[in-house]
Amino acid sequence: MSPKTIVEDDIDILVAGAGLGGTGAAWEARFWGQDKKIVIAEKANIDRSGAVAQGLYAINCYMGTRWGENNPEDHVRYARIDLMGMVREDLLFDMARHVDSTVHQFEDWGLPIMKDPKTGQYLREGRWQIMIHGESYKPIVAEAAKKSADKVFNRICVTHLLLDDAKENRIAGAVGFNVRTGDYHVFKSKTVICGAGGASNIFKPRSVGEGAGRVWYAPWSSGSAYGLMINAGAKMTQMENRIVLARFKDGYGPVGAYFLHLKTYTQNGMGEEYESKWFPGLQEMVGKEYLDPEVSHRTHRPIPTCLRNHAMISEVNAGRGPIHMVTMKAFQDPHLEEVGWENFLGMTVGQAVLWAATDVDPKNENPELTTSEPYVMGSHATGCGGWASGPEDVSPPEYFWGYNRMMTIEGLFGAGDAVGGTPHAFSSGSFTEGRLAAKAACKYIDDGKANGIVVSEKQIEDRKKEIFAPMERYRTYRNEIVAGTVSPSYINPKQGLDRLQKLMDEYCGGVTVGYMTNEKLLNICLKKLKVMEEDLECLAAKDLHELLRAWELKHRHRTSECVTQHTLFRKETRWPGYYYRGDAMKLDDENWHVLTVSRRDPETGEYTMEKAPCYHLIGEEEENQAIAAE
Amino acid sequence: MPTFVYMTRCDGCGHCVDICPSDIMHIDKVNRRAYNIEPDMCWECYSCVKACPQNAIDARGYADFAPLGHSVRVRREEEKGTISWRIKFRNGTEKNFLSPITTKPWGEYIPKLKDAAAPTKDMRDSQHLYSEPKYIRMDEGEVHTLESNGLKMKKGVYY
Repeated sequence: MSPKTIVEDDIDILVAGAGLGGTGAAWEARFWGQDKKIVIAEKANIDRSGAVAQGLYAINCYMGTRWGENNPEDHVRYARIDLMGMVREDLLFDMARHVDSTVHQFEDWGLPIMKDPKTGQYLREGRWQIMIHGESYKPIVAEAAKKSADKVFNRICVTHLLLDDAKENRIAGAVGFNVRTGDYHVFKSKTVICGAGGASNIFKPRSVGEGAGRVWYAPWSSGSAYGLMINAGAKMTQMENRIVLARFKDGYGPVGAYFLHLKTYTQNGMGEEYESKWFPGLQEMVGKEYLDPEVSHRTHRPIPTCLRNHAMISEVNAGRGPIHMVTMKAFQDPHLEEVGWENFLGMTVGQAVLWAATDVDPKNENPELTTSEPYVMGSHATGCGGWASGPEDVSPPEYFWGYNRMMTIEGLFGAGDAVGGTPHAFSSGSFTEGRLAAKAACKYIDDGKANGIVVSEKQIEDRKKEIFAPMERYRTYRNEIVAGTVSPSYINPKQGLDRLQKLMDEYCGGVTVGYMTNEKLLNICLKKLKVMEEDLECLAAKDLHELLRAWELKHRHRTSECVTQHTLFRKETRWPGYYYRGDAMKLDDENWHVLTVSRRDPETGEYTMEKAPCYHLIGEEEENQAIAAE
Repeated sequence: MPTFVYMTRCDGCGHCVDICPSDIMHIDKVNRRAYNIEPDMCWECYSCVKACPQNAIDARGYADFAPLGHSVRVRREEEKGTISWRIKFRNGTEKNFLSPITTKPWGEYIPKLKDAAAPTKDMRDSQHLYSEPKYIRMDEGEVHTLESNGLKMKKGVYY
């Protein structure tokens, strides 16, 4: 019984994964391509899919140029220092100069944005953040995407990108399966905008059992943005730059509004301020250019997120935990108390549940904080993702190859977590990137770049066999054993995920080893991942739900491999507090002030690593400083 | 807190199955009602709880760190444009919250771009997105460029 094949032909723009990036792409594509065929393929239901499914209580990327608050370059400098210099400033500038128009549209569409009663301006949480009542953020942007798209295919797990059989290195669509019906879906398309997500659950989580679902990034963020693009042979960048989050313990409730709006602060188990005592040592590791508490005190310059993590980790390791968030003062104000709770209900309900269950009322006691397991993504305080072209009017030659947000595969575009080097885009910036990618994709088609695409029957049939193989394997070997899950001939997706998490944790700098790794450990990691890849050929799925988990695992595995290759390549500790290279414990600007770029050869599975130059946006003032320094 | 479904309230309508981002709300073949098939892949996002017309779905804190005896209930009213929450602590403390979820009638203010005036060649060649430059600053100001902001891109370390 072979699955039914359903072909959707003549698509101009296929949006693979419709979170904030994908919905932005589908929406905008209709304006520049009014006669084009726009199709969305999404593994869940676009009304509640992606990282914003649950809602948000803040939009973390808004310039406020209309009120003279910030210019795009201010945001670039902020993201640059937060990521220890390693960002794509062309892409960041481009996102920042357009993001306000996205947010103003959201307000038009009905997204409740809080206002400052005195000024009438958007209520600021911090310099870049504005506060919203965003329970329905995702349904609202999904509505916009549905108005623009010709067809929305929900519950399609996209497993592979299709490549043109006529011209090398050109996109031709994507394939996947319907998680409900089990049908095989083929999308033949002139362009693909990859809006798929980053990766949770590739490093062993701190929680065990049921609590493993309470990861910081959504459990359905399966690294598919990376799995899809790496497997097709796209170049990736900054994949070593995983992120560790300092959050409320166990529930991983957000701390942004607490720090910025409620003015709460942290202290160690003895009630002391602890951060500053770690700064001199840290300054020795990373240099004064990256950590200068005095300058940070005087100006808007932030202490990089990873370095604040480092202080917290070190303080706990020194035996002075737990770290507390001091909420008791702020929560005496009923308005601030309401903001504190609604912040969770709007985006991390689980934290409210946990506090209710443990009788933690932040009015009466200061809740605990912890640092999470690492995550791989590209839109928060980290910039993993694909190596994408920038806009023609900003990007230097090394960063530009024809179309904004196009990857190194022709006709493959990206938005959100898929684009590397663009941290701090968050929800609004990801949607904006989708819009930019959509305009460029329409231009690519109008320029005739997608003419004459051929997809062979062989490619389609080969993928079909590959996709459904785990179900076939289950049928073949299930009766070899009496019952249960222990088989000598297959592993199930959950068993595979456990193995992946354990080896990434222990060898690639997870939480149980204090985020520490080195060259020897990373080489073992690669070896184990390679053997695991062989076992992934023996994955068994007893039903369509397990088949979904099987493909998520394959995407997570490929993401992990790429992360390990990049971590091995960058021989320095660039982000103490995210991870440490024990054999190179210092930041090394002389050799590593570069972006790391990788490509996996789809034929051989071999990785090629290279260094790409890091360009910075320079204003007059910095230019003068640089000259003076020389 | 993984979700669970009350046997006496669920009528097996499948709204939760349809909306769950993690594909873990399924219909039990024997009881013909929904249940959570994979609690450790549940994010407690409450999408199913909000979508259930029978209020049959609730959440119970993750067993590995949350003690019993609490509840967080929600009611999302699309027509009213509000969401209301009731939190009950293990010790009996209760807190209630009410927030707007939209300021406009659902979907009416999102334009259909197929019917918008078609973009000109100039617009296509510019850096503008739909509704720009107007929507960037809500005035006649132009989109920022390196030139307009007195910037350059330079290779190497400059700080």
